[in-house]
Amino acid sequence: MFPPIPNPSVDPAAAKPRFGEKDIMRRSASEVTPPAERLTEVAKLIDISKCIGCKACQSACLEWNQLHEEIGFNHGVYTNPMDLTANTFTLMRFTEWVNPQTDNLEWLIRKDGCMHCEDPGCLKACPSPGAIVQYSNGIVDFIHENCIGCGYCIKGCPFDIPRMSKADNTVYKCTLCSDRVAVGQGPACQKACPTQAIVFGTKAEMKDWADFRIKDLKTRGFDNAGLYDPQGVGGTHVMYVLPHADQPSIYANLPDDPHISPIVQAWKGATKYVGLAVMGFAAAAGLLHYVVAGPNKVTEEDEENAERLTEGRTAPPPSPPSEPPSRGRTP
Amino acid sequence: MTNSWTDIKNTDLAIIMGGNAAEAHPCGFKWVTEAKANRGAKLIVVDPRYNRSAAVADYYAPIRQGTDIAFLLGVINQCIINDKVLWDYVKPFTNATFVVKEGFEYHDGLFTGYDEEKRDYDRSTWDYQIGDDGYAVVDETLANPRCVWNLLKEHVAAYTPEVVERICGTPKDKFLKVAEMIGECSAPNKIMTSMYALGWTQHSKGAQNIRCMAMLQLILGNIGMRGGGVNALRGHSNIQGLTDLGLLSNLIPGYLNIPKDSEPDFATYMSTRGFKPLRPNQMSYWQNYRKFFVSFMKSMFGNAATAENEWAYNYLPKLDVPQYDILLAFERMKQGKMNLYFCQGFNPLQAFPNKAKLAEALAKLKLLVIMDPLETETARFWENHGDFNQADPASIQTEVIQLPTTCFAEDEGALVNSGRWLQWHWAGGSPPGEAQHDSWIMAQIFLRLRDLYRKEGGAFPDPIVNLNWAYQDPGEPTPAELAREMNGSALVDVFDPNDPTKRLLEGGKQLSGFGQLRDDGTTASGCWLFTGSFTEAGNMMARRDNSDPGDTGAYLNWAFAWPANRRILYNRASCDLDGKPWDPSRKLIEWNGQKWTGYDVPDIAPTANPREVGPFIMNPEGTGRLFARTMMREGPFPVHYEPFESAVANVIAPKVRGNPAARVFADDWKQFADIGDPAFPYAGTTYRLTEHFHYWTKNNHVNSVLQPEQFVEISEELAKEKGIELGGWVRVWSKRGSLFAKAVVTKRIKPMTIDGKTVHVVGVPIHWGFVGAARKGFPANVLTPFVGDANIQTPEYKAFMVNIEPSTGPVA
Amino acid sequence: MTAYDRKAPEVPDDVEAGDAVHPGRPVIVDRYTVAARINHWITAISLVLLALSGLALYTPKLFFLTALFGGGQWTRAIHPWIGVVLFFSFMILFIRFFRANLPAREDVTWVAHSGDLLAGHEEKMPEVGKYNAGQKGVFWSMSGLIVILILSGVVMWDQYFFPYTTIEQKRIAILVHSITAVVIICVWIIHVYAAIWVKGTIGAMTRGSVTGGWAWRHHRKWLRELVGRRARGPRAPAE
Repeated sequence: MFPPIPNPSVDPAAAKPRFGEKDIMRRSASEVTPPAERLTEVAKLIDISKCIGCKACQSACLEWNQLHEEIGFNHGVYTNPMDLTANTFTLMRFTEWVNPQTDNLEWLIRKDGCMHCEDPGCLKACPSPGAIVQYSNGIVDFIHENCIGCGYCIKGCPFDIPRMSKADNTVYKCTLCSDRVAVGQGPACQKACPTQAIVFGTKAEMKDWADFRIKDLKTRGFDNAGLYDPQGVGGTHVMYVLPHADQPSIYANLPDDPHISPIVQAWKGATKYVGLAVMGFAAAAGLLHYVVAGPNKVTEEDEENAERLTEGRTAPPPSPPSEPPSRGRTP
Repeated sequence: MTNSWTDIKNTDLAIIMGGNAAEAHPCGFKWVTEAKANRGAKLIVVDPRYNRSAAVADYYAPIRQGTDIAFLLGVINQCIINDKVLWDYVKPFTNATFVVKEGFEYHDGLFTGYDEEKRDYDRSTWDYQIGDDGYAVVDETLANPRCVWNLLKEHVAAYTPEVVERICGTPKDKFLKVAEMIGECSAPNKIMTSMYALGWTQHSKGAQNIRCMAMLQLILGNIGMRGGGVNALRGHSNIQGLTDLGLLSNLIPGYLNIPKDSEPDFATYMSTRGFKPLRPNQMSYWQNYRKFFVSFMKSMFGNAATAENEWAYNYLPKLDVPQYDILLAFERMKQGKMNLYFCQGFNPLQAFPNKAKLAEALAKLKLLVIMDPLETETARFWENHGDFNQADPASIQTEVIQLPTTCFAEDEGALVNSGRWLQWHWAGGSPPGEAQHDSWIMAQIFLRLRDLYRKEGGAFPDPIVNLNWAYQDPGEPTPAELAREMNGSALVDVFDPNDPTKRLLEGGKQLSGFGQLRDDGTTASGCWLFTGSFTEAGNMMARRDNSDPGDTGAYLNWAFAWPANRRILYNRASCDLDGKPWDPSRKLIEWNGQKWTGYDVPDIAPTANPREVGPFIMNPEGTGRLFARTMMREGPFPVHYEPFESAVANVIAPKVRGNPAARVFADDWKQFADIGDPAFPYAGTTYRLTEHFHYWTKNNHVNSVLQPEQFVEISEELAKEKGIELGGWVRVWSKRGSLFAKAVVTKRIKPMTIDGKTVHVVGVPIHWGFVGAARKGFPANVLTPFVGDANIQTPEYKAFMVNIEPSTGPVA
Repeated sequence: MTAYDRKAPEVPDDVEAGDAVHPGRPVIVDRYTVAARINHWITAISLVLLALSGLALYTPKLFFLTALFGGGQWTRAIHPWIGVVLFFSFMILFIRFFRANLPAREDVTWVAHSGDLLAGHEEKMPEVGKYNAGQKGVFWSMSGLIVILILSGVVMWDQYFFPYTTIEQKRIAILVHSITAVVIICVWIIHVYAAIWVKGTIGAMTRGSVTGGWAWRHHRKWLRELVGRRARGPRAPAE
């Protein structure tokens, strides 16, 4: 058994949060000086081989975060609701998969939710200063009073996690229960998990624990068992133990090799700077031209010519010889 | 459970059959995951559906519902053939060597003494030969063909892998793989645990399903072992407490019996309850029956129970039938023989079979009183909800009174878990609105009734007016008062008969163990099994010390386990004949030459010499029983019987329909589909889902979000055959009723080949009804047949026949 | 009257409804009707607001601009609606102006000599109609870019259109939207600069008229057509 996290102290002195503003490592649309010393990285480890799909995590998430999800319908599967929503931060996804090697059915049950990437695509995409922050312990959190509801984070996320609320037009996702972690507790889902399929601790502890689990799985014929800590996003602070780590996508489309989309990289990178430069250049060019060439003014002669033309007194000067006075359309 | 939840971490092999622990007992299931992670234990799941437990199992084998006995007898057969038997355990610790009476026979699915008319047996031949010394005859060489072992060997020989496949639909290779994995646990250091629940009990032969596993575990030497045992996973948090406290119509607390009509006086009652040892030196602990019974009567009736009036024996009701179970109650209600029904914490309209019959019965009542924390369908049975509950309120004259009660979180008291732990809990909140504790309501009713009896007399007021009601506030006994009463106390000072100066017990003090109980009226105990739970040292149930010396999973200082704080029943059997542990790494207790010591409370007298006293002290034989003697109504050995509704006739005994000793009411026979009835070709079964708890949590928003709407599960093959779409509406109907649900079309259910015939399974989760937060649905029991287990009348919810078609859904 | 005037279509394409020349000193030429001007300014204001609100979300350095709109949420909410206003307003503008902006042969020469124009040698430029090739370029660029912006904008508009496209399509839409926005702002800069640089132009969109000299200098062909048309009499009512 992974050592359970003790209950929080009732001593008022212990109520001081263990991390906060000063530990912000990244802040959306802002430059921050990273804290001199990084907090120990935390992580949640989801062991798919131990998960029984009971949805206690989903229930605990709704209750701890006081979320009100709609009562939906059955759509012929055990997954409910059918997708993450602004109120469902975590969702058990059920996949029936026939292992082509053994011809045995495997019921793959994956708890979906924010992965808390080391290089968070949501934060990168966010245009609103401080709407998304990353603490130095690895937690990526949405600060709703700063969220403008543009939904850019939804496009930035390589895992398709954030969801827009119709109620307040801000975007929601798993906070890794930053409020609980701040007082030394694990996330609500971890607390509720009856089989320790979800454990929580430092990232190093979680990797060690995962090794222990992977060894056990290898003795049971899962030769490709492994840890899902995708390096494409710099590693994550929510990791999976996958019995078939060679093909993550069988687990309800868990990305095989997630990374921030190059389109998003282009949009939040080069485009921004090149765009500003181009616009600046255009404005500057105009200014410069004005200074150098001066205004293009109508002369007295022009006015007179116009008067002459309107009065039919004198024929106006001919057009420049290079161009025949044609009114025909270009073919 | 013979063992405890925490003990499951010690197993090498967990077999989940007749249950779905991951689904229905997710919190307890953690101990399986612990055993897997830390011991490399394996998990086998045998079930008609590839379920949530199967999702984390090492091996899954399909089985048709209602055929577990054939499977398990097949496994026993394999163990015998392949000598996967722990002989050093089986010979001394089971009744394998006992010689059975001449005249006992088994032919064509029936044992000696069957009376087809009565659907019952004369069981007189189902017993041991008694020798001249007055003890049962045994043959330690097993040479005698009448030995239990030889009879068993012969009995199970019919259940070959081929026959198992024909009956169960389990492919032969899968069956043999399971049998092989189980067989490995006959080694003294390899232990299997069996985890079962309603998947075994809810059959017309439920008790025999469990017996099969008990027999197998005895043969493997896994009873009494850490990580072994036969473990009933109880469905309600306190259903174990319910049976312990005798809330069954034929029991009084502590598994004592309500007297029968044929036992008019105490002497007659006790004459069949001597429990004389069947082998020399055996403890036969039930010899203390009289002490438990008298102490119970003193607890109930106080000073009104005296030696002179046979401890008020005549106050007790006498049964004219084996039991007044709920099926009989509703049958009588339907016949108009019941006027008032008190329904406390119970939703029978959803929970008992054949909803149409139940509704008809409820409509014949004059008064229905509902005590429940929630709105229930039973309380609203008269309300019309379209297809969901068709009723004509104008024609129903039943008066319904709803008394809102508190739920567990608003109550203080002990719950008994599956592992027999009495765990005290404290109220977490105040009751809402007009809700009152059940104890308050019952006390208030009692006080008014007693006043009426005192004033008006009546036919027999004595049991009511003399009921011991010594609570500080008679209007509301406190949980602690009730718990202390259950534990029991010395009523007067008790002195050692051999040394009158030595005071054994001090009058007025709590008892510390049931060994102190006496049959002379000097002690009182409401439930002898609970004695020791609330002593002079305090409330043992409220203990919360999770230290676990030796890492055995016993946790002796956490709460209190009956009996006597013992965590593993029959733990004496964890040691060999010399009192040494079979597996030193699994030491539980040990004989040190003078006495038993160890991590658990020994299930034997502390100084009982291992070579003399057998480990199964509750049995007069001192052994476990492979042969059940007369204890089971349908036979001393289990036999495969088909469910009352089945796609095929019984392969083993084609002429026997259903369990031959199961009680069936005449009207209900007419509502069974015939064997192989083409109008009902699919094998239906009901079950629970993790997201819901029975019919409670559909009242809760979060649970309703997680599983909002009723569905049935069918295979892709059946869906294709019937043109049913994933998530589309279907109608499912049996001979008794019909329901609408969404279709979950899944690879997890596969059609099975049964005796050459393709049989499709239709799975029906039970959780929806016409009240609550979730979408309206139908109780699964609109489909289920009104027949129960032959011994304890648990209804056959798990196996019945249905038909299915695509539909457009119900009309609300 | 020249020969080509006679073989020309009945109504010269360059001349728009309301264009007229009033002899006098100076000559006054009506260039834009009141409706056209209102149309233009709605479009212009929309475009400016869109640029400001869009730039606020384009780069954190300009996020302060959201203050103009009442904060980030308001900026995010208003921007697409202004886009809708712009789109329809420009659509009307497009219908109004597109014929006069159809390419003409002299456009090629004009473009070829555009360096001369910038260098102050407008006399080397060909005579052009109501719009020179530069103006036409602005017009058609605006038309095309606005279509791209509205389409990509709808794809990004999560509040109403989230379910209809994939995340990947939305990512592409955002990239396209932002690049297009940069281009349209550049076009706008050119447009505004031209209006400022070429004196006497702004009056066309404020008062609705220019002087004859302005028309002579910059859109002589247009002026000739107007004068010629005046000689021919009023336009056919069908126009």
